[in-house]
Amino acid sequence: MIDLNTLTAREVRDRVVAGDVSAREVAEAAFGRIEAVDASVHAFLELTPEIAYEAAGRIDAAVAAGEPVGPLAGVPVALKDNMNLVGTHTTAGSKILGPYRSVYDCTAARRLLDAGGMLVGKCNLDEFAFGSSTENSAYGPTHNPWDLSRVPGGSSGGSAAAVSAGMAAIALGSDTGGSIRQPGALTGTVALKPTYGRVSRYGVIAFGSSLDQIGPFGKSVEDCALALEAIAGKDPLDATSAAEPVRSYAAGLGEGVEGLRVGIVSDLLDVEGCAPEVRAAFYAAAETFASLGAEVGEVRLPTARHGLAAYYIIGPAEASSNLARFDGIRYGHRAADATDVLDLYTRSRAEGFGPETIRRVMLGTYALSAGYYDAYYGQAQKARTRIIDDYRAAFEHFDVLITPTAPSVAFKLGEKADDPYAMYLSDVYTIPVNLAGVCAVSVPCALDEASGLPIGLQITGDYFDEATILRAAAAIEAERALDLTPPLVTELLDAQAAEAGMAAQRDAALRAEG
Amino acid sequence: MPISESDVRHVAMLARLALSDEQVTQLTEELGAILGHIDELQHLDLADVQPTAHPLDMTNVMRPDEVRPGLTREDALANAPQTEDGAFVVPPIVGGGDDA
Repeated sequence: MIDLNTLTAREVRDRVVAGDVSAREVAEAAFGRIEAVDASVHAFLELTPEIAYEAAGRIDAAVAAGEPVGPLAGVPVALKDNMNLVGTHTTAGSKILGPYRSVYDCTAARRLLDAGGMLVGKCNLDEFAFGSSTENSAYGPTHNPWDLSRVPGGSSGGSAAAVSAGMAAIALGSDTGGSIRQPGALTGTVALKPTYGRVSRYGVIAFGSSLDQIGPFGKSVEDCALALEAIAGKDPLDATSAAEPVRSYAAGLGEGVEGLRVGIVSDLLDVEGCAPEVRAAFYAAAETFASLGAEVGEVRLPTARHGLAAYYIIGPAEASSNLARFDGIRYGHRAADATDVLDLYTRSRAEGFGPETIRRVMLGTYALSAGYYDAYYGQAQKARTRIIDDYRAAFEHFDVLITPTAPSVAFKLGEKADDPYAMYLSDVYTIPVNLAGVCAVSVPCALDEASGLPIGLQITGDYFDEATILRAAAAIEAERALDLTPPLVTELLDAQAAEAGMAAQRDAALRAEG
Repeated sequence: MPISESDVRHVAMLARLALSDEQVTQLTEELGAILGHIDELQHLDLADVQPTAHPLDMTNVMRPDEVRPGLTREDALANAPQTEDGAFVVPPIVGGGDDA
């Protein structure tokens, strides 16, 4: 019997719909995997068996009655814990929201569950999504299933680790500067940041409102395509969600890349700190595109290299404004014995926020303050215009643009904890994409020979052209056919197989005796 | 542009954060280092460039002005640290103290 946790979402759905396996069995298998590995990984902040088994019951009843079920029927799913869902806590990885219970639903989360997803739990993240390692969570770090001494990336590190270790088939993350794609690269999962506005942001705790976008992690490109179909589309509750029609993203994945114009972003490859193994894997992927019939060329995005600087003004500026709502009055931590309202605000916030959150709120408030606004925020907004112009010009000549997703493989816990800027550099390839608002996917393209750790390729597409980047990613996925099972899970499966083998031997021996 | 401890204290008040002296010292150093990296933007010639506040070309998203259900009072108050008679409790805003 195959371990159900090794299946993709598509495979799970097909089996559940065919009646080969029940949704309840799938949910039990997922919780069994969580029980086996999450004490080491710490991907989850909250488990939701009641929600999962309630969904499983409904799906199994529908299948038995021959009624239609959703496109993700019986698929175990997880949410980043900055997405609200009634019946769950939503902490955003922050102490300030410790006891908070959601009183409304995040639209994307609701849509994922309406499509048949069974929620197994809520995933760890850097506090308020501020970080690239998940070490900034107030509830302790998540460990990378490929090597527990390393980070899973961030800020959606819990979601990435949950999918990587087979605890959920699909997980949602949020991406403001790379928070889906970078952990995707570091955990060997497929990770998609849709175009700004493609997915409603309603119900996700806001970080940078002009940058934030929700997207899926999956074990395959097809799973990400199916998840996007489920969550995308206009939402009256988010005025910035786009009316653009939702396409059938999974339909054309096998069509190949013959004639596809692929642009290597040459000037971004010169930025400091790109590891040699990442560079090698990247150029090998570019060659693969060429060998599959794509027209591969070079393109420059001259202002994109300043994206990091612009982002660390715009992101914190928007965050400092969004986080003003945490005041100790309507929800969240409240300082004891406040003498007046100002004392209440300033102490509740200082006590409730962690160090990186305080750093970003301070940076953003500074950049927006009188006397500095034009020099910092104004200048960053103008650089953003130039970056958008760079992408628009590039997409006149190319269908997709490629870079590495992250400059290195997963780094050690603590390695960059004392140097905020070194941590910020983890997102140097992903940040310009958010500033422009276009879409990008990270797809595993190699396993590093020395460490065995996965390396991701970032494929960026034009506004609302998710179908093309997913098709390009599917071509790399098919050509590489990597085994993306982390060692932790391989050991578990081997142990299970050995146990099953011993049981079979015992049975055979008993039969022989009898 | 270097940032001083008094800048940090001023910004902390704007951000409504009660920082310890230790935090002020550390943030002065950290923010100074981050701003040092960010300063590269000052060298870009962007004089004639229009600023971008939002990546999509959309303005004035309209919807019908219809009454629809929102949060109930009970839900709105459910996570409040302190409530009384269906309202949020806040400390004195004007004056302050019991004799205000």
